Amino acid sequence: MAQTTTVAALAASVNARERSAREIAQAALADAAARDGAIGAFLALNEDVTLAWAESIDARISAGEQLPLAGVPVAIKDNLALAGTRTTCGSKMLENWVAPYTATAVERVLRAGGVPFGKTNLDEFAMGSSCENSALGVTRNPLHLERVPGGSSGGSAAAVAADLTPLSLGSDTGGSIREPAAFCGIVGLKPTYGRVSRYGLIAFASSLDQIGPFGRSVADVALLYDAIAGKDPRDATSVDRPAEATSVFTRQDLRGMRIGIVSEFGLDALEPSVRAVYEAAYADLLRLGAELVDVTLPTARYALATYYLLAPAEASSNLARFDGIRYGLRVAGDDVGDLYEKTRAAGFGPEVKRRILIGTHALSSGYYDAYYVKAQKARTLIAADFAKAFQACDIIASPAASTTAFAFQAKKDPYSMYLMDYYTIPISLAGLPSLSQPCGFAPDPLDGTPMPLGLQLAAPLFEERRLLEVARVFEAR
Amino acid sequence: MREKYEAVIGIECHVELKTQSKMFCGCANEFGGEPNTQICPVCLALPGALPVPNELAIRHLVRAGLAVNAEIPAFSKFDRKNYFYPDMPKNYQISQYDMPLTQGGIVEFWLPDGTRKRCRLTRIHLEEDTGKLSHMGNTDGRLAGSEASLVDYNRAGVPLMECVSEPDLRSAEEAVGFLEALKRLFVQLGVSDVKMEEGSLRCDANVSIRLRGASEYGTKTEIKNMNSFRSVGRAIESEIERQIALVESGQRVQQETRGWNESQGTTHLQRSKEKAHDYRYFPEPDLLPICFTPSEISALRASLPPLPHARFDRYSHEYHFSAAVATQLIDTPGLADYLDDVVAAGAPAQSAANFVLTDCSRLANETGVALPASHLTPAALAELIALVEEKTIGSKIAKEVLSRIWREGGSPRALVIAENLAQVTDPNVIDAFVAKVLAANPQSVSDFRSGKEKALMFLRGQVIKESAGKADPLVVETRLRAQLQA
Ligand SMILES: [Zn+2]
Repeated sequence: MAQTTTVAALAASVNARERSAREIAQAALADAAARDGAIGAFLALNEDVTLAWAESIDARISAGEQLPLAGVPVAIKDNLALAGTRTTCGSKMLENWVAPYTATAVERVLRAGGVPFGKTNLDEFAMGSSCENSALGVTRNPLHLERVPGGSSGGSAAAVAADLTPLSLGSDTGGSIREPAAFCGIVGLKPTYGRVSRYGLIAFASSLDQIGPFGRSVADVALLYDAIAGKDPRDATSVDRPAEATSVFTRQDLRGMRIGIVSEFGLDALEPSVRAVYEAAYADLLRLGAELVDVTLPTARYALATYYLLAPAEASSNLARFDGIRYGLRVAGDDVGDLYEKTRAAGFGPEVKRRILIGTHALSSGYYDAYYVKAQKARTLIAADFAKAFQACDIIASPAASTTAFAFQAKKDPYSMYLMDYYTIPISLAGLPSLSQPCGFAPDPLDGTPMPLGLQLAAPLFEERRLLEVARVFEAR
Repeated sequence: MREKYEAVIGIECHVELKTQSKMFCGCANEFGGEPNTQICPVCLALPGALPVPNELAIRHLVRAGLAVNAEIPAFSKFDRKNYFYPDMPKNYQISQYDMPLTQGGIVEFWLPDGTRKRCRLTRIHLEEDTGKLSHMGNTDGRLAGSEASLVDYNRAGVPLMECVSEPDLRSAEEAVGFLEALKRLFVQLGVSDVKMEEGSLRCDANVSIRLRGASEYGTKTEIKNMNSFRSVGRAIESEIERQIALVESGQRVQQETRGWNESQGTTHLQRSKEKAHDYRYFPEPDLLPICFTPSEISALRASLPPLPHARFDRYSHEYHFSAAVATQLIDTPGLADYLDDVVAAGAPAQSAANFVLTDCSRLANETGVALPASHLTPAALAELIALVEEKTIGSKIAKEVLSRIWREGGSPRALVIAENLAQVTDPNVIDAFVAKVLAANPQSVSDFRSGKEKALMFLRGQVIKESAGKADPLVVETRLRAQLQA
């Protein structure tokens, strides 16, 4: 895109026919072709379809329509189905799979005048926190090319941070929007579970997956959220509840707003330079008029264990369909069992296999009660803790991640990678709306480069509007 | 020797539900069709596709449950049953594990001789059907050892209800009676066509034997591959014989799955007992739990038609129909409703049943129109029966009137009056016919007088013919004898 502007201004210029969606798309494609080589945000640009969509938006504008995202490029995480384009999930399993249908969230982007633009890299099947688990390419943090962009929606976050697109869609299961938003210094929103249709989102963990927007500002993110939220008859878990427009902001300060600081998410364990940024952010909230209250989430410490039973359990079943019979990779075998084994051995990477094994074990007879059932009970308790905390506060604030973006290969032990989602996972288990927004910089521990940190805000179920209002005031501090 | 033993049988059957669309997508739920033409991203399990439950299928299943007096829990859910097989697009089946839509229930049925029986159900639950595999290059039609296999996913995702019975059945005859009862119940409810030949009902039987009077169950075998009610009966019969022979020769019955071979009339070993498969059931996260309010359940209960066994009991005890007549009325679509309407219009049940099953069924065959679709309303048939009962018309005229009304509609009584078809019973009028016939048939008169009773029958026929069918045969006979003996 090369020239930074707001989404609203860009859409207004297209609605006013000062620029065409096609011009914008062409410029974005050229820019990405020139600059994405170093970053690797995109797995594919899909020039032809992007231009065709842009032309269809121009036709609607010519016919007199005024569209909230008119001509705005929106990069799409490559676990969202897009008719006629390859939808890979960052996996060899689906490297050549062309989706014959389009995800509801992407259809809604188009309906609002947005132009789906390229498919972005991700950890394979959205399993990871650094994008390093992609089988199809490396994505670098645009702010520091030797650092990861975060994950799993690393490509979508990097594309926005590098100004290759004003907006992108990601998906968040345990932190996959919020952590890369923090690492790349942009805004990323995970809506309430059920707000955005999952139809066409290739499932990792169905009870946790949620599609959400990335943008450079809260206002940009709110526009894309408004476009994609709402009940979809094709997703039985999507919620039939009118989504209020969140992109109209009225609040000037945070007076009357009680912001909960979770005692279990204390800052003591953080690096002093990181800790100083969060302390300053909390002080800013106070200065803006908010009342800071201490809240407690006693069961939050079980969240990581709970998540790493439930999410892999669902994944083990969701990923069973990748068997080489109907679509995707097929490695021939002596018989059907051999074909399954060879196909899945060749198609899935190590982290996906690890989670399928964990999940299969957690669901096995003899272990189901001890693992899966117990984890479901813990999830209920965690959600109840949040509900109780929200009796004392209106918004919960915490770090989005405990460090700045780390170096490639820094988290070789899977457990240290799982810890990256320490602050995001409890909120995911409770299904709450949550976002990460830039709140300052800390020096990179290895070379001192200033790297962004994210403030995570969470609101009660379906309170996206409150969440974005508070974020907007903090952003303008 | 056979009398020493008692068979213990349980039935598990899968019934495809009659709906417009499949269980979790909008594809047509139709039998036949070119392979892989009734498919979509959902039933083909394309990445990212999600299931949406078919409300009608849920209602069908709950109505089936209510019809067998099952408990309908306020809360039910779908679960995933995980296993890999190429006919299963997702490699899990959406089914119900520990919280099915219905629990318990009793199937009331009867045997051909009218004996009433009951069999408890464990549960009925809702699930989706699999695709169909065809294996090539081997002889036994199984996946293992085949050279190639083709999959048709048209059937994948068709709504299926699984009914599991308790081991309450004691003979092959009872098992068949139970299945017939399920079939007539589901057809009556409109929840399934129950066509075994199209695979819309598939059943397995668990069979064991024990010494009569024993309380422990014997080791059971599971019999598969039966494709008609008749073959279910034959297969169970043959399996009981096989198990008795084994036990009598000092051997033990092994727990195994056996296939029924229709042409040989025997069961054969398919699979010996293996370690129980671990299906890793867990709640389906893509679907919300199903909740019913008491008022929704009452509304569904109120939508139930008259239940077959209640009708059977009424027909047996109040109307004194034979088991065969009652069964025929209940099992022919629309007939029992029609009969009940005729009786409600005042006709005696027995005469109503006679007309419905003989004259009306003959007319239905002749005209190709089913009785309920003909112009003969239940009220008209009741009127016709009244005309016969009160002797306004005889049976011959009754048949003519019936045939006219069947084709043209209207009132039998009005027709009889308009066309002067009433029976002639006046002895004076009949005497005139008799005199004419006797004069014209001197040979028969002398035959009768020399002791040949048969001649009387001939003369009676002639008199009735002379009266254009309207003379009352009894009066004719009385007057004939009177004039002949005069
Ligand atoms: Zn379908």
